[in-house]
Amino acid sequence: MELVVALGIAALTASGVWLVLRPRTFQVIVGLSLLSYAVNLFILAMGWVRGGAPAFVAAGAHADPARFADPLPQALVLTAIVISFATTALFLVVLLAARGLTGTDHVDGREPRP
Amino acid sequence: MNGLVEHLVVAPVAIPLACGAVMLLVNERRHAVKAALSLSGALLLVLVAAALVSRADAPLAPVYALGDWPAPFGIVLVADRLSAAMVLLASLLGFAALAFSLARWDRAGAHFHSLVHFLLAGLCGAFLTGDLFNLFVFFELLLAASYGLALHGSGPRRVRASLHYVTVNLAASLLFLVGVSLMYGVAGTLNMADLALRVPQVATSDRALLEIGAAMLGIAFLTKAAMWPLGFWLAPTYGAAAAPCAALFSILSKVGIYAIVRVWLVVFGGEPGAQFLAIGGLATLAYGTLGMVSSQDLSRMASFSLVISSGTLLAACGLGGTLATGAAIYYLFASTLGVAALFLLVELVDRTRRPGADILAVTADAFGLTEESDAHGEEGVAIPAAMAVLGIAFAAATLLVAGLPPLPGFVAKFAILAAVLDTQPIAPAAWALLALLMLSGFAAVIALARAGVRAFWAMPEGIVPRVRVIEMLPVGGLLAACLALTLAAAPAMRYMQDAARTVLAPRGYIQEVLRAP
Repeated sequence: MELVVALGIAALTASGVWLVLRPRTFQVIVGLSLLSYAVNLFILAMGWVRGGAPAFVAAGAHADPARFADPLPQALVLTAIVISFATTALFLVVLLAARGLTGTDHVDGREPRP
Repeated sequence: MNGLVEHLVVAPVAIPLACGAVMLLVNERRHAVKAALSLSGALLLVLVAAALVSRADAPLAPVYALGDWPAPFGIVLVADRLSAAMVLLASLLGFAALAFSLARWDRAGAHFHSLVHFLLAGLCGAFLTGDLFNLFVFFELLLAASYGLALHGSGPRRVRASLHYVTVNLAASLLFLVGVSLMYGVAGTLNMADLALRVPQVATSDRALLEIGAAMLGIAFLTKAAMWPLGFWLAPTYGAAAAPCAALFSILSKVGIYAIVRVWLVVFGGEPGAQFLAIGGLATLAYGTLGMVSSQDLSRMASFSLVISSGTLLAACGLGGTLATGAAIYYLFASTLGVAALFLLVELVDRTRRPGADILAVTADAFGLTEESDAHGEEGVAIPAAMAVLGIAFAAATLLVAGLPPLPGFVAKFAILAAVLDTQPIAPAAWALLALLMLSGFAAVIALARAGVRAFWAMPEGIVPRVRVIEMLPVGGLLAACLALTLAAAPAMRYMQDAARTVLAPRGYIQEVLRAP
């Protein structure tokens, strides 16, 4: 379970970083989104990942608080998701404005000389 | 009544948030209502901040538990000397920028007043909070508002610069999150005071993970503080921003420095990484000096003077000691006020060359700016002898940025150097700081004097700009605040030294936060 989560985060981060370094604005925004997914998963993983544990306690059984998932990283992730959602939307507007004003989707606002 | 005073700590966040939200409901065409609301909100914020500063100047810092949840579980706001002083600085800049914008900038785009107030809420929150994740939230709030303000007025140059600015800051925010979550995973808390207690107890096997987390946080903060290899975004963005926005932005990079100082000194005791901070600061100083001399554009020069002040602050904090840190906080005040005044002046001075050219025709059409600004230009009260007044103000701003007497830039640099060179034997880094500080001041004089000569004495087009009273008053106010900082240098410096002492020896801060109301 840990390995799957770690590999997932690694794949998302690697593709995110690569896309952010690309010259087209659309690639950059997709890269930033992927990076933010990776970070969200990472925060969640900091609250510990546990495989094969039951989600519910049998009726009448004693619940062990030490086995509870930490709710704080989940609250952090929720906040981070909301913020990254809003900033991505804003970035999209800037992207479209840049496309409209400069006539190109290159991040520098002009095509590189061939 | 006593209960109300307790709630004063949260007021710098609540007032601008409420003010900005209310102004969203006011129609964009009702300028007078918006302006009145906005200015009175900003004035109230200044008064609250002044009250906070006077309350903070006590042995025990006021701690405010949000929702009355006790400290390690709930989020606390702490208004100690440093935080209260930073809030005061932010509110002063906000008031000046809002007043300046009334001349015309507040009508160059939608929701200008609301954005400024949200920015102020984010700034005050970031300065007051005692919790790392809450710091992130306030950072995002102020960044989101700053994206809007960087784009204010539109135009290809602004949009292009903002695209880079938004990308860099989003990436830095993600690093911030990674750092915060690593710290939480290892130490199990995000409250700064609680972290300070728990960090020394972390097991050696987890130590590396914690340090990686701290380094990630450091990179995020230093990106915002525009340290040398991380700060190339600053000059294009700030140089392109509208004048009142750029003046406000002069405190944004200081938020990064504040966060560094706070987290690094309180949580990690300021030991590890001091060398790195000093070297980074010196490199930033060198980069800013080079940029200053090589700039043609006045607004770019102002941006690079901001880079120089960032470098000075980082180097002074890295070289350390209470005296140097106290002097650095004094320098932070002087340089932020000075650079903000310079940013405001840049626009007025630029009018001698191409009046109104910096507003794109499209925006002017969309918001009906052309007729209106003309009409306003006629009815607004213009100041007499515009060139003389502008020239004097520009000279004062130059002295301030370059750090020449009699303005506080000189006092601050002198205090920093006196503190850094006080040790025996003198460290090589201290000599480097001495040389670079002198050199950067010299570069600022050369660059700004060259620009000043071109603007005031060798006007090719010979246009005498119409400068309105409402535009000159904020500039004058900022410069007067600097003058007051020189005249009251002794009490101000005493306050800053006390602030540095409480941050450098955070035992009292930690106890006060965890003493749970």
